[in-house]
Amino acid sequence: MTTIKGNSAEEIKLLNKEQDGYDGTNQQTQSEGFAGNLKYLIVGVFFGIVFVKAEIVSWFRIQEMFRFDSFHMYGVIGSAVVVGLLSLQMIKRFNIKTVSGETVSIPPKQFNKGQIYGGFMFGLGWAITGACPGPLFAQIGSGFLVVIITLLSAIAGTWTYGLLRSKLPH
Amino acid sequence: MEIFELLHKPWPWYIAGPIIGFTVPVLLLLGNKSFGISSSLRHICAAVIPANISFFKYDWRKEAWNLFFVAGITIGGFIATYLLTNPDSLIIADATKYSLTQLGITDFSGLMPKDLFSVDNIFSLKGLIFFVLGGFLVGFGTRYAGGCTSGHAIMGLSNLQWPSLIATIFFMVGGFFSTWVLLPWLLQLVN
Repeated sequence: MTTIKGNSAEEIKLLNKEQDGYDGTNQQTQSEGFAGNLKYLIVGVFFGIVFVKAEIVSWFRIQEMFRFDSFHMYGVIGSAVVVGLLSLQMIKRFNIKTVSGETVSIPPKQFNKGQIYGGFMFGLGWAITGACPGPLFAQIGSGFLVVIITLLSAIAGTWTYGLLRSKLPH
Repeated sequence: MEIFELLHKPWPWYIAGPIIGFTVPVLLLLGNKSFGISSSLRHICAAVIPANISFFKYDWRKEAWNLFFVAGITIGGFIATYLLTNPDSLIIADATKYSLTQLGITDFSGLMPKDLFSVDNIFSLKGLIFFVLGGFLVGFGTRYAGGCTSGHAIMGLSNLQWPSLIATIFFMVGGFFSTWVLLPWLLQLVN
């Protein structure tokens, strides 16, 4: 584990690479302005609609999953992985480029113990709130305004992790 | 006519799952973005309250697409609920309904149990456990694990990353423990 004292870009990069490899990375070299980013908002809109219409945002559906009473959530996640896997294989095999002509690049995930401890903690919270981060936003959009508190608390949780990071086992 | 009726009904897993999986190549081809949602929480920290913590000192503007994405998810949730409203009430597996009734849940009409997720509960023990503690675990845990269901279970597994498999296994282990051990105890505490 590296101890970070200064905050040069180099060191932050190193830190990220060793412990974090954060998800949702942007590997595009060209920057996109506000208008360019709007396309991700549109993808998000479709995504949010699917979340609600397939009832993935439902606390009850999550309970069914963890109680083995329904195949629904297993079917959703399983078929999503199959489609994701097949598309990535096609992108790699045929070297399909992005719309702006760049080579598709996905940073690999680095193993650290956070995936065990953090994963377990998230699992606890998932069953209590009935939501992972994505559905939190969709629940708020669905009118469950009280979930704003859950979201704020999740942001506080992320912040606390950032604060305690160097003291946690990785 | 027919199609509109179908859109309003709950969508089956074999429609929803593949659409979600399809998000992976769409985001990659649109702009080389890896699918992942929990990072948005980190970007919000970095943008609003970085507080000189090195973990939040990076160029979050470069990752702003993620914030647009979650804004879209919120709007999508609104559209699905208010414009594509499900005419029927939620169908919940009998066994789950039975177990939850035993634990004191009485309302099964909406996507979320009103017994827990209502504004009246904000300043109660229920609110403290189900919103504050639950949310905190989600935010802390996903960042500690380096991703959530989208970043690890879907994106990571699709890309055959074994650390993501470990993370996904522990998401499930945590969820099972929470459902079978923690939840009965917590619900007893608040009821």
